[in-house]
Amino acid sequence: MDEEKIIICRCEDLTLKDIREAISQGCTTLEEIKRVTRCGMGPCQGRTCLPLVAAELSRATGRGIEEILPCTVRPPLMPLKMGTIAGAEDG
Amino acid sequence: MVKGAEVVIIGAGIIGSSIAYYLAKEGLKDVVILEREYPCWGATGRCGAGIRQQWGTEMNCRLAKGSVEIFKGLSDELGYDIEFEQGGYLVLATSQAQLQLYKRNVALQNRLGIPSRIVTPQEAKEIVPILKTDGLPGAAYCPTDGHANPFKTNLAYLRAAERLGVKLYKFTPVVGIEVKDGMVQGVITTAGRIETSKVVNAAGGYSAEVGKLAGLEIPTHSERHQIMVTEPLDGLFDPMVISFTSGLYCQQVPPGSILMGMGDPDEPPSHNLSASWQFLQRMAQEVLRILPVLKEVRVVRQWAGLYNKTPDAQPIIGEAEKVKGFYMAIGFSGHGFMIAPMTSYILARLITGGEPPISVERLSLERFERGELVIEPSVVG
Repeated sequence: MDEEKIIICRCEDLTLKDIREAISQGCTTLEEIKRVTRCGMGPCQGRTCLPLVAAELSRATGRGIEEILPCTVRPPLMPLKMGTIAGAEDG
Repeated sequence: MVKGAEVVIIGAGIIGSSIAYYLAKEGLKDVVILEREYPCWGATGRCGAGIRQQWGTEMNCRLAKGSVEIFKGLSDELGYDIEFEQGGYLVLATSQAQLQLYKRNVALQNRLGIPSRIVTPQEAKEIVPILKTDGLPGAAYCPTDGHANPFKTNLAYLRAAERLGVKLYKFTPVVGIEVKDGMVQGVITTAGRIETSKVVNAAGGYSAEVGKLAGLEIPTHSERHQIMVTEPLDGLFDPMVISFTSGLYCQQVPPGSILMGMGDPDEPPSHNLSASWQFLQRMAQEVLRILPVLKEVRVVRQWAGLYNKTPDAQPIIGEAEKVKGFYMAIGFSGHGFMIAPMTSYILARLITGGEPPISVERLSLERFERGELVIEPSVVG
């Protein structure tokens, strides 16, 4: 399959080619790939893409999937309206 | 790992990476960067990445303007798009007295070639249509201030430095700095020793700890600052909107997310990087006071980073008097990214013995012992 046509991160519109490029530029951790590509920074916060990236990183580096550390989980766990957070919704 | 180097830089953030690049560009062949984690792990990868020239002292105006000149050509120079945009900075005033201070600052900035100006509340609303201007006395605005992608800027410098021969060692903490007769002799890492006569402390939030390794007491401390970011939206406003009163800053950044941060006057010194619910609530309340339409917008992520602060909130740039060969580019107090290009170039010139384009003698480590603090009114806490 064409790596340019395989979407890895739907939120940020990243393909397998983008991820492989980041790895070839020297990224060896998920956190680095996230910073270089924005993979996992969109509304889903990496729930779809990061396991796929971990698998790719495992293949590319020959490390077991259990050795690929997950990214820091950033709150809030689901998108929240600012009005709700501020306690100001509906005045 | 290499056995020796001309210069060893501790820290692969924007500061360490850009110093490495400028040293290599000046012709140094053996420059090494040691990074405890990975590039962009620390403050650079956690910062708001605003680029402001509206300062209240001549030195800071010149450092900031010089940096903007470099930022403009940086994507081409480094062969890597850093997403630099000049959307301006709108600095809100909350009192007539503050507006008067801005007028004095604008006069200084204009004299130094920075095109800032005072704007009325109506003009402010034209610049940021969603701004609530009730009770706003006015604001200062500079259209050539801007923003860049901090990760990409950091990596652009790093990759360019590596192409010029700089060696980066990730996940390699420094555990010792050898000093003999007041001179640097070497650096000890978890992966071995590197002989060198020149070390650069570019360790951001850990600058005081690195200083201790060389026997120096550096009066910096770290403090957690938090940021949150929303889902991406179509273009609502271009400039960074800031308030020196609340310490708030807020900007829409690629790919359309609205990024915002704010200091907390009660935040204690620490290396705490955990995100707090209290910040989320304070930040939302404060930003909705000035940009109320954002109440329908969703926050997708929040995080924390460290300000590395000095007693006068100005950085320490230069060589330590007591330890020859120990250079510092630390204590940026929350505004390191925006002045990194020029300050790093200056430090590289100091290391290679060249004439720096702007004098930073006032930013010496020893100014604190001498009581010669730099008084800058325009710091975002």
